[in-house]
Amino acid sequence: MRTPFGSAVLDAACRLLVPFVLIFAVYVIAHGHDSPGGGFQGGTILAAAVILIRLVHGQDAIWGLTRVGALRLACGGVAVFAGIGFLSLLFAGNYLDYGVLPLPLETVKVRVMGTLGIEIGVAMAVTGVLVLIFDALTAWGEED
Amino acid sequence: MWENLSGYLNYWLAAVLLLIGLYGMLGRPNLVKKLMAMNILQVAAILFFIALAEKTGATAPIEVKGLHDVSAYVNPLPHALMLTAIVVGVSTTGVALALLIRIHRHFGTLEEPEILERMRL
Amino acid sequence: MKAVTWVVFALAAGVLFYAASDLPRVGDIESPASVHVSPRYIAKSHDETGAPNFVTGVLADYRGYDTLGETTVIFTAGLACLLILGVRLGAGGDDK
Repeated sequence: MRTPFGSAVLDAACRLLVPFVLIFAVYVIAHGHDSPGGGFQGGTILAAAVILIRLVHGQDAIWGLTRVGALRLACGGVAVFAGIGFLSLLFAGNYLDYGVLPLPLETVKVRVMGTLGIEIGVAMAVTGVLVLIFDALTAWGEED
Repeated sequence: MWENLSGYLNYWLAAVLLLIGLYGMLGRPNLVKKLMAMNILQVAAILFFIALAEKTGATAPIEVKGLHDVSAYVNPLPHALMLTAIVVGVSTTGVALALLIRIHRHFGTLEEPEILERMRL
Repeated sequence: MKAVTWVVFALAAGVLFYAASDLPRVGDIESPASVHVSPRYIAKSHDETGAPNFVTGVLADYRGYDTLGETTVIFTAGLACLLILGVRLGAGGDDK
């Protein structure tokens, strides 16, 4: 974004809106077991918050996600997902079989924890990738 | 008559959407319009799968306390598949837009006949 | 050229509307899609995965490998966007 839509009204609205959007995103990710929601949806809402900041403040926003940060988030999300899979391989289970993870809980609760872990990984990957796509599509003409 | 037809209405609507998308991809020369048509086609496929999941009188696939009947919930499998399909659709649209930007930088136009003309030169 | 396009279009339309009449009716409880594996998901998902939301249970637990593939696909799409457009990573923000 070379020219952000910065103005006093947009700035105030953005400051008011973003914390609630973030809280709602965390709720959607964490409550995906009992209600509609999960990693994909929550990650998209998180990316919407970041893109809102990008639209209002442009690339030089003080808070928000940098490009390198978004790339790291995307890589980290896929790594978390695959890592939990390998972790269950390490504890003599099948790949992505969360029931064998050594947590002091009953098996079903351990599965819930494993599912929550990969939902967080998916949400990180989706957030990072959507922010990266937005950045790539709006970065043209930046060099000149 | 209506009773007989209404069971297929969702499929027909999905087919009409798919045909709109197909027409846009085959018949329009502008690449951005082709991309929009591809998105419509994708929505048609998603709606078709969601229509397949439907059961008469069933509720959303989230367990309600005390309701254990299998026919009381719609089929969760197409919902799970389409959830990922939507996100993958968003990212394919992103890649397609990036390619369109490159094409526009290289040829200076997004009209297919003009691009073909310039490729021959 | 145009004529060929319209012939293909008309053929596709005919095939689609003809095929729709062979499908199970919308809302059919006994449709093949609803009697193969999905009763198991609905009946056992809460006990086996701990998720009352069956969609999450199917997405993250029964078909977790599938979801890993999807995540890899969107990750690859993001990287492809960056590489196609040649975006400089360091340009955004104050990251060192």
